[in-house]
Amino acid sequence: MSSFLQHTFDGLVSGAFLALLALGLAVIFGMLRVVNFAHGAFYMLGAVGTYLLLTEFGVPFWWALLIVPVVLGALGMGVERAFVHRLARLDPLYNFLLTFGLTLVLQDLVKLRYGTQSSPYATPSALDATVDFGLFDFPAYRVFVLAFAVVACVAVWWLLGHTRVGMVVRAATEHPELSRALGIDVGRWVTPVFGFGIALAGVAGVLAAPMRAVNPLMGADLVIVVFAVVVIGGLGSIFGSVAAGFGIGLVQAWGESYLDRWPIVAQTSVFVIMAVVLLWRPAGLFGREEAPA
Amino acid sequence: MSVATKSPSLVRAAARAPRRLRWALLVIGLAIALWLPNGLYPAVAVDMLCWALFAVAVDLLLGYTGLLSFGHAAFWGTSAYATGLVAIHLGVPFPVAVLSGALVAAVLAVPIGYLAVRRTGIYFAMVTLAFAQMIYYIANNRRGLTGGENGLQSVPRELFGLDLTDAYYFYYAALPVVLLGLWAAWRIVNSPFGRVLVGIRDNPARARALGYPVHRYKLLAFVLSAFIAGLGGGLFAMAHRFVTLDTLHWTTSGKAVVMVVLGGIGTLWGGVLGAGLLVRLEDWLSFSGFEAVGLVTGGLFVVVVLVFRRGLWGTAAELLRRRSGLRRVRGGEQG
Repeated sequence: MSSFLQHTFDGLVSGAFLALLALGLAVIFGMLRVVNFAHGAFYMLGAVGTYLLLTEFGVPFWWALLIVPVVLGALGMGVERAFVHRLARLDPLYNFLLTFGLTLVLQDLVKLRYGTQSSPYATPSALDATVDFGLFDFPAYRVFVLAFAVVACVAVWWLLGHTRVGMVVRAATEHPELSRALGIDVGRWVTPVFGFGIALAGVAGVLAAPMRAVNPLMGADLVIVVFAVVVIGGLGSIFGSVAAGFGIGLVQAWGESYLDRWPIVAQTSVFVIMAVVLLWRPAGLFGREEAPA
Repeated sequence: MSVATKSPSLVRAAARAPRRLRWALLVIGLAIALWLPNGLYPAVAVDMLCWALFAVAVDLLLGYTGLLSFGHAAFWGTSAYATGLVAIHLGVPFPVAVLSGALVAAVLAVPIGYLAVRRTGIYFAMVTLAFAQMIYYIANNRRGLTGGENGLQSVPRELFGLDLTDAYYFYYAALPVVLLGLWAAWRIVNSPFGRVLVGIRDNPARARALGYPVHRYKLLAFVLSAFIAGLGGGLFAMAHRFVTLDTLHWTTSGKAVVMVVLGGIGTLWGGVLGAGLLVRLEDWLSFSGFEAVGLVTGGLFVVVVLVFRRGLWGTAAELLRRRSGLRRVRGGEQG
């Protein structure tokens, strides 16, 4: 029983990363109809940035958790203004292609400057302990990651659902024309929302630095798993993306521990689940059918 | 309404060049294909052939069916492995191995395509990407079959006892297979089936209303495209005489898409052009010791997507159309 709880907890922690990334992707998609291929690259920048802040400037983890998302959010807004915006009126596939090109550029820039080797990042000392839950103990840092991610997801949900800003964004997302006619400046919100989504990827990156190997390719394959996650949850659905993120994290962790003789099961489970969802509910578990194609 | 049809279409109806010009282009193209390994390092020329098939396969879907497959490495790579395994274990002539590899890729495309065509636009791209990644993990895991990270090594290159170890001779041995694949793509595009695909791309609801089984048409296009990509992948395995996991990675799918956009979406021959240029560029970069190839190709791609969306072939066709249009206007004024 205690080992089951242990695996479940591990699954929730890795699900937290998927959920944060899927959330950022869903927020951006909701407002801009853009699927950001570079999401994994920004996650990588978050982790590399955290590492560099410490090694080059001696900035500790806690400050990085504040600085990195803000800087990446600003960078994201710059990217939106400079590139994404120019393709806004075209088929959304163009922006998918654009952000793919951007991914290659960002990865290689980091690779060129810092090489491909993985760098270790020490767990912040305040969290370098274990928490005793009675039946089992856990590294305090992982408990923190999970709590932080849950709080972040709830905060975004509250922001969108219960504040004036959120109301405007939702209105602009669902009925852009009507919102404009009612005097809401939709265009004004596009850039900040994109930056916000990128900042969420940055948060995930900072949180990943002490847990996962920091290297230029750490986001490369992860972003594809996140794509599968949002297809499962329904790309337009904020709740669906987050729920699918945690769910897939759980499935992978259980697969890894109970079917450890077949590691392929855990690795491919997300894609198999995606296939089943496509057969059963093509729009995703919580998505609305957009069009009979 | 689907996301894709809300905004201006990804592709414009391609203008048909005058008949004489088309024949001239065909002759010039064949002449270049025959001359290529004399002007270039032959191994690079062979790579161009393989990637040309891959790019044309992707354009068949993207340009003519309106489906962006970001997972075609699944078919390119699967065929490369299948071709390698057939050649190693059965020792058949290499075109037979390549054909069987492409067939395996086509068979794999049936279930993936069946699921993927349920979504369109951006979702289709994400779903194909995800399934390709699954194939990548499986190949990485089945080390006994694929050699895992070491890859599949010493693939024999055999054709009725001819010595094809020299890339120069292999180029000419491979050229007929490539021309066959390109001809097949051209035939598909210019067949009644191809016309229906374009109809589906431009207005799926209308195609359905006219009684066309849209999903089935898309699935068939997907499988045919996978077969052509498989031809390229099989030849690629033969050309390098080993197969690595890279052939299945999403960066490989992305590279083919870059070639298509660079050459011009929906132009078919643009993909050949894009493949040639990108292979040459990458060869030149690695030759001059520049490691960050992705920086250059990625940057180039960003620029192309931002300001050069018609691609090389598309731009040339547009210029030509504008010129002939002008001439017609002037002629009208005189008459």
